[in-house]
Amino acid sequence: MNGFGDAFAAAFALIVGFDADLVEIVGLSLRVTLSATLFACLLGFPLGAVLAVGRFRGRGALTVFVNALMGLPPVVVGLIVYMMLSRTGPFGTLGLLYTPTAMIIAQTILVTPIVAALARQTVADLDAEYYETLHSMGARAGARMRTLLWDGRFALMTAALAGMGRALAEVGAVMIVGGNIDHVTRVMTTAIALETSRGELALALGLGIVLMALSLALNALVMGARLSGARLAHA
Amino acid sequence: MLRLVTSSAAPDSTIRLERISLRRGGRDVLDGLDLSIPRHGITAIMGPNGAGKSLALRVMANLVRPDTGAVIHGLTDPQDIALVFQKPVLLRRTVRANLRHALAIYGVPRRERRERLGELLDFGRLAAIADSPARALSGGEQQRVAMVRALAARPRLLLLDEPTASLDPQATAAIEALIRGAAHSGATVVLVTHDRGQATRLADHIRFLHKGMLAEAAPADQFFLAPKSPEAQAYFDGKLLL
Repeated sequence: MNGFGDAFAAAFALIVGFDADLVEIVGLSLRVTLSATLFACLLGFPLGAVLAVGRFRGRGALTVFVNALMGLPPVVVGLIVYMMLSRTGPFGTLGLLYTPTAMIIAQTILVTPIVAALARQTVADLDAEYYETLHSMGARAGARMRTLLWDGRFALMTAALAGMGRALAEVGAVMIVGGNIDHVTRVMTTAIALETSRGELALALGLGIVLMALSLALNALVMGARLSGARLAHA
Repeated sequence: MLRLVTSSAAPDSTIRLERISLRRGGRDVLDGLDLSIPRHGITAIMGPNGAGKSLALRVMANLVRPDTGAVIHGLTDPQDIALVFQKPVLLRRTVRANLRHALAIYGVPRRERRERLGELLDFGRLAAIADSPARALSGGEQQRVAMVRALAARPRLLLLDEPTASLDPQATAAIEALIRGAAHSGATVVLVTHDRGQATRLADHIRFLHKGMLAEAAPADQFFLAPKSPEAQAYFDGKLLL
């Protein structure tokens, strides 16, 4: 497979023909990415709200720390999760290494700081607007956070999208903890790396096209939902 | 019949602000303010811009902590005090959801919320717009929602910061009806207003502030007949108070 055009044609044939390997890899990628994004949102949204609304010692330092974690190197996360889940690690008995669950754990760790940091900013902006109203109503901190998270729901979709983009494109961590095992833990990014190294450019390119198309489609879907929802609620 | 206030109604004693001082931006915005608010009826706080009216209201609502002085109202439950702002900040939800949220914040048991919600919608004549996004409503409608939301707490002390500023006469009349309703139910109402006509229509007592201090305190009829302080006289004569 020498020419760029040939690779493109072969990749197109794989996509149109719903190649079984391709479909399996795409399916696993989506499962891992969406699960990690969901868990990251479940952790990151409340964490962001606490950082935005909470008044406690060390809040500033914790905010800086969470912001810094946005640039966490995936291979380092992969290495740490690998050590935790390996046979001699504290969670080795769970037997999670080289499973999709391990990949979801690693990606959740990578994505949570992104979601939390963006959620903190969204909630802080909204808190500036709602502060007097909610205080005058006697709302306690927990109720204020719930109110702000719900009312910031459309803006928070952007945070979720940013996290999902990171998870979908990530390769280092999932390679280390997943092992890129065929039919078990092979996802789009790890497969692209492998097929490229093997010279199988058609499959690599096909996966690349699907990866970009999926990223585009998911972004469009969420942005569409955000805009129409915000319009309906006048948020 | 909608019950707007708690059974014990108004605060047990006169509300007092004692020697309240607050310095902001190198300026004494409240300067040893002594203020007493009778427990019954509607008290209008009047005065020129920068007199400290809205700030005094926020001090009463415990939203602003003064540098010195004390607020004495004997109300320990935060929900005994409700504050309505000049520009209402409604949640990004429907009118119904805004009121439901308020009832939840005020600790109304879940089983009672539906009934209370219906009462509030009826009282504020909001039933027709109950499912509209609150932020899409007109200014008058939004302020009506904010008033009803405040009354959902059944407050003993209702603080109103120019609630009808920039509203048309029809919307103003609707808000004034709600204010009268709250006062008739026994709540102590404190109203900050620039509008002499509104103060004449609603107020039983007047407190006139100037430069962060009390310039005059009088019953409304007496005050509007002949204000005694030179500041109030000048204000109503249309002179610039500097």
